[in-house]
Amino acid sequence: MKRKILAVIMAMTMVLGLTACGAAETSGGSDGLIKVGIINNDPNESGYRTANDKDMREKFTEANGYDASFAYSLKNDEQITAAQQFIQDGVDYLLLSAADTAGWDSVLKDAKDAGTKVILFDRTIDADPSLYEASIVSDMEKEGETAVNWLKSQNLSEYKIIHIQGVMGSAAQKGRSGAVDAAVASDGWTIVTQQTAEWNAEKAQQIVQSVIDSGESFNVVYAENDDMAKGAVAALDKANISHGVGGDVIIMGFDCNKWALEELLKQNWNYDGQCNPFQASYIHDIIQKLEKGETLSEKTIIMDEKGFDATTITQEDVDKYGI
Amino acid sequence: MPKITKIFKNQIFIPVAALLLLAVFNLICDPSFFKITLGYNSAGNPVLSGYLITILDYGSELAILAIGMTLVTAASGGQDISVGSAIAIAGSVMLRMLCGSNSRAETLQMPIIAAFLIACVVAMLFGAFNGVLVAYFKIQPMVATLILYTAGRSIAAWINNNELPIVNDVSFTYFGGFIPGIPIPTPFFIALACMLIIALVLKFTTLGLYTQAVGINESSARLNGLNPKFVKFLSFVILGICVAVAALIKVSRLSTINYSVIAKDIEMDAILAVALGGNALSGGKFNMTASIIGAYVIQFLTTTLYKFNVQSDALSAYKAVVVIILVVMSAPTVRKKMSDLAKKFNSGKTAKEVA
Repeated sequence: MKRKILAVIMAMTMVLGLTACGAAETSGGSDGLIKVGIINNDPNESGYRTANDKDMREKFTEANGYDASFAYSLKNDEQITAAQQFIQDGVDYLLLSAADTAGWDSVLKDAKDAGTKVILFDRTIDADPSLYEASIVSDMEKEGETAVNWLKSQNLSEYKIIHIQGVMGSAAQKGRSGAVDAAVASDGWTIVTQQTAEWNAEKAQQIVQSVIDSGESFNVVYAENDDMAKGAVAALDKANISHGVGGDVIIMGFDCNKWALEELLKQNWNYDGQCNPFQASYIHDIIQKLEKGETLSEKTIIMDEKGFDATTITQEDVDKYGI
Repeated sequence: MPKITKIFKNQIFIPVAALLLLAVFNLICDPSFFKITLGYNSAGNPVLSGYLITILDYGSELAILAIGMTLVTAASGGQDISVGSAIAIAGSVMLRMLCGSNSRAETLQMPIIAAFLIACVVAMLFGAFNGVLVAYFKIQPMVATLILYTAGRSIAAWINNNELPIVNDVSFTYFGGFIPGIPIPTPFFIALACMLIIALVLKFTTLGLYTQAVGINESSARLNGLNPKFVKFLSFVILGICVAVAALIKVSRLSTINYSVIAKDIEMDAILAVALGGNALSGGKFNMTASIIGAYVIQFLTTTLYKFNVQSDALSAYKAVVVIILVVMSAPTVRKKMSDLAKKFNSGKTAKEVA
């Protein structure tokens, strides 16, 4: 008896698990609507992803002429399964933010054979460019360069930097670290410590705490996202080290979360680099062009991205660009 | 009875030896590790700083979790791997209560203590869920808690509609920082309070005895009139309280929460603390003090590695080395060899004295 109950409960949890993750939700009816299948990463992953998903959901509505289905996963194989499902369902466009760069060739060939057009957003993949129509991406190298150029323009007498990195090997980490490493080599900046906090505020706090405890001096915290910058600031606050405009330490972050821009507005931080999550309108334009039979002038579209300085940011910027 | 053998056999020997080893290592490499300075923070209040203070500060959550994890391990002979996710849930509930529906509320919607108590209840409920699965449905603890491990962070995000609330009230930062006027980090006091409570509970109630009895032999415990199911269930509920306390410290440190990374992998550290304390992971006898020291040893190790600029994504590799050494050290054959060696050494000494 007990075993039976157990079996039933286990089965139920498994079913629940299946419905909770992976399975794509499809909405019916496609009269005159453009059918799009959107494969994205889990919106809980970060503020960036939440904003990105919200933007997509707001753009690809029936009112705008779309019949959209969404699938979410942080795992590549689950995303590929979802893609196959969408192709079988006969979607017109497959919009893809791939979890991993590898492994997409065969499924994209299937898409081509089935006449499904593929548009990549946010992340590129290692596949032959003929397999997709366009890709809309952020240029992480440029984000890093914009930030480093801003830092150079501050004309500090010396640069002693705490460099807090994201998850090693991710595109954002590589791009944003690359610019700093180049400047360190060319301008003779000093790296006090260079550590990965894996996008984690708690780890960033501990890394900065460790530098403070060691008694080494520093005047710049270059964190590769807002969360880590926040962790660093928490450690500085504890040790009474002033930061922000007019402070001893310059704080730099990325992603332009709304709360981070508010910190800029309060002049607690100095700089925040944008990583634009609003790709939906770009994709919309591309689809409209393709529907009219026009050819695209360029395959890879790099989005405009700004960097905000605490001395010039306005409330309007916070409302407009905060995610 | 020779003294040295006694020391080797004492359970507390392992974590204390590890602590001394780390301390000596740091003393040789850089004695400034032990420097503590008194400064003033941005609010003008006195604060102590230094590596040792950092260890006391950041090791506290782990010590609190180690208390609950020790009881769970002893009673059920398994570990709860969902504590990290449960911290995300408890923290999320706390912020939801403090901020209400507006994630950027300027004023607190309810007293912090009330929000904390609600989070406690929620964490205890989730603990009870694990406890029921383990005690009444006899599912392996690791498998039972795997459910919450997988689902917990999504539940936490759902509680706040995927928003990231930020608490603006300065009094909320006291729990993870400093109370004005007191130069020692508050988490350490919270951990001390937890230790005191559990010490009193173990001394004046039969909880410890019952837990060990159930862990050593469940059926004989039942034959002696204990209710093993309830004891196991209770241990998970107590861990739930520990989770809520740890969550309070964690969210207070940054006044906000990130569902996917808060208290990431902390369950592994908590289990490691129990193992480092020399407790058998298969249940039975336990030593609470040893587990708590174990927790601080882990933080000592982490802080030491940060000091030497070891890449933080390599930290777990170093912890793995510690685990390997521990497992080998606590293996019966090695322990026997060690006590034999000690005996030989001792008898040699006494022989000399006689001569």
